Amino acid sequence: MHFRTKAIHVGNPTDSTTGAVVPPIYVASTFVMQEAGKPQEYDYSRSGNPTRGNFETTIAALEGGVRGLAFASGMAASHCATMLLESGQHVIAGTDIYGGTYRLLHKICSRSGISVTLADTTNLDNLESSLRPETRMLWLETPGNPLMSITDLAAAARWAKAHGLLTVVDNTFATPVLTRPLELGIDIVVHSATKYLGGHSDLLGGAMVVSDAELGQRLYYTQNATGGVMSPWDSFLASRGLKTLELRVREQSRSALEVAKYLAQHPRVGRVLYPGLPDHPGHELATKQMQGGYGAMLSFEVQGDLAQAKRLVESTHLFRLAVSLGAVESLIEQPATMSHASYDRADRLKFGITDSLVRLSVGLEHPEDLIQDLELAISQL
Amino acid sequence: MSQPNEKTGHELNGNGSRWTGFSTTAVHGGEDRQKAHDALTDAIVCASTFSFENTQSVIDFIEQDQQRGEYGRYGNPSDMVVERKLAAIEGAEDGILFSSGMAALVTLLMAKLSAGDEIVFFDQCYHRSREFCAKYLARYGVITKQVKTGDYAAMANAVTDKTKMLVSESPTNPHLSVIDLEKFVEIGRRFKVETLIDATLATPYNLRPIAAGVDYVLHSATKYLGGHNDLLAGVVLGCRAKLEDVRSLRGVLGGVNSPHNCYLLQRGLKTFELRMQRHNENGQRVAEFLAGHPAVAKVLYPGLPDHPDHQLAVRTMRGFGGLVTFFVKDPDWQAAARVVDGCRMARIGPSLGGVETLIEQPYVMSYFKYSPADRARFGIPDNMIRLACGVENAEDIIADLDQALRG
Ligand SMILES: Cc1ncc(COP(=O)(O)O)c(C=O)c1O
Ligand SMILES: Cc1ncc(COP(=O)(O)O)c(C=O)c1O
Repeated sequence: MHFRTKAIHVGNPTDSTTGAVVPPIYVASTFVMQEAGKPQEYDYSRSGNPTRGNFETTIAALEGGVRGLAFASGMAASHCATMLLESGQHVIAGTDIYGGTYRLLHKICSRSGISVTLADTTNLDNLESSLRPETRMLWLETPGNPLMSITDLAAAARWAKAHGLLTVVDNTFATPVLTRPLELGIDIVVHSATKYLGGHSDLLGGAMVVSDAELGQRLYYTQNATGGVMSPWDSFLASRGLKTLELRVREQSRSALEVAKYLAQHPRVGRVLYPGLPDHPGHELATKQMQGGYGAMLSFEVQGDLAQAKRLVESTHLFRLAVSLGAVESLIEQPATMSHASYDRADRLKFGITDSLVRLSVGLEHPEDLIQDLELAISQL
Repeated sequence: MSQPNEKTGHELNGNGSRWTGFSTTAVHGGEDRQKAHDALTDAIVCASTFSFENTQSVIDFIEQDQQRGEYGRYGNPSDMVVERKLAAIEGAEDGILFSSGMAALVTLLMAKLSAGDEIVFFDQCYHRSREFCAKYLARYGVITKQVKTGDYAAMANAVTDKTKMLVSESPTNPHLSVIDLEKFVEIGRRFKVETLIDATLATPYNLRPIAAGVDYVLHSATKYLGGHNDLLAGVVLGCRAKLEDVRSLRGVLGGVNSPHNCYLLQRGLKTFELRMQRHNENGQRVAEFLAGHPAVAKVLYPGLPDHPDHQLAVRTMRGFGGLVTFFVKDPDWQAAARVVDGCRMARIGPSLGGVETLIEQPYVMSYFKYSPADRARFGIPDNMIRLACGVENAEDIIADLDQALRG
């Protein structure tokens, strides 16, 4: 079965009681038992819910894993993964990661005695130098956020295996349409389902997929014990979103490439960070690792300072000024003041998240409309 | 694309000029730019009723004909935004949303017709539309004349001074005949009779009836517009002045859609162009596959060169949709039933236009209780199969059919 067919059919069984082509939304918080202490398939919705289960089955199939878990948000999924760690252990994470993940690792996990080192994962030599005896986990994002850096997942997985580390990839930007980390040897995939999986800016969700059933069971145990589960309503919307995931991601990636090319030749634009451009340092690797597209996220620097970038993000019309990404509506934002404001400023500058950086999430609008919108906004700077 | 609305800013881009992209309109068209609480997406307004601050504001509302919420049956923000979006996509001035395609048809016809009036129908159509006109409108003294689909002279001949509306689907369900809208509209203009096209199977992506001069366009939005087999909806589009009485009658008869459904429809419309591109591609590829299959006697699909309306379809449509009708060689109904039952991915069910592929045998699904003579009259042979291609990969749909046809 091809990807799109799986997205539509796997995890979407015809309802056995009514024949409904679309499975019903099971809002029940609890399920009746025939015999005390002997539940059937479901007992309580935190532990499992048919509607959430359908979404989990579909996303697991799309990522090529054996177990999917759906969470109340991307952060709830990421947090669940970090709960595999114990006090005294150490994580290596990329420098180019979502600000909320930076915050989770530095400000929350640190409270439990877990330490973190950020490393530029585009060069695997940097992993070697960050390795400590107590390192247990490698956390990667590719394309990175907000610099779109590309990490070689197969090589990173091999290196991590050799050192006994668990590998986690936040696959939010690439989506399983373009990259399937589990097939490259990664242990855990997490997603902000709020983004492309849902795809319509109308739900919050997280997803996690693993290819090892025993690891899946441990993570499920943690999820059930801590409770950050996705609601049945959001699970339904997320499943509905998955049905058009491939169409959206491919179309949005095509448009993003056009927007990137337009920006790259613009005299008032500095660096354009998009793995689809031949001069992007990760271009060759992305061409190999990402299947048929480079994603729909890109960043660029405007000539000028923080104030100029701020003016730009405030003056587009189709690109709406908002955090988040991955939906049908195009969004624009300034990482320094928005998505990556939770980085320490020094770290931000050290890792290349400059004040004049602008990040775009390219939606489903026609690329000519988007380019016209940017043209007008840049010309007014 | 529809005109920008001066007051609300719907449809305007930064330049004040119009958007060029179909999807741009599908994503943004009809929506307020800045929404309550600055939310990026529209809220689902569930309220069945809307409150007034005091008696004076009720009186102002009545006297000044203010645009605001009153009671859900007369309109609700969640259905109005979808009406505006559908109008923007269709290139129509206004649109009215209903709880189903049938509610849309019924309300439109009830608003426009009185006892003694006549309508002229092309005979290939959704069987419930025919049933409503022939059985129910007849009870109110409205006469329905059916003429052979595509026989424009017969249609013109059927018009009398009592005729109030010319009605057709295009493409027709399930025969996929394509109507020459120019000729259809010309008859209406010649006799000063209004025209209605049920363009459910074409959608505004593939066909532009308003631009061709048709007065009313109707869609079962349950199909491609909603697109996910998870809602029922209908819409009538046209110019505002002509739709006023339809809107008031909706308020009386009550076939309004629910706010939750309206939101799902609005959400579905955002991927409308992408889905239609895939439906068109899948329909074409599957039709070509079936046309070359030894177990298949005939395929009806406007995109095939041997379809009687192929030239017209190519000239007037952007694509031909996901519906493919075909006939298995064995004339026995059970042979076709075995093909339907043999499908593993395609599910057996009525409806069309959703992401999931559906298959059905019209004789069994919709005409089982009709006499053989009536089935012959309506052109529903026993060996006819109607396949509604979803947006799965074409290879998977073809492989599924292939194994089902091999038995
Ligand atoms: C790459 C990435 N990972 C994780 C998250 C967190 O997800 P959520 O906002 O759904 O908690 C986000 C976005 O906010 C993100 O962009
Ligand atoms: C062409 C056509 N028109 C109208 C309808 C009626 O629409 P609904 O089922 O939404 O009432 C249908 C389908 O059922 C249809 O196929």
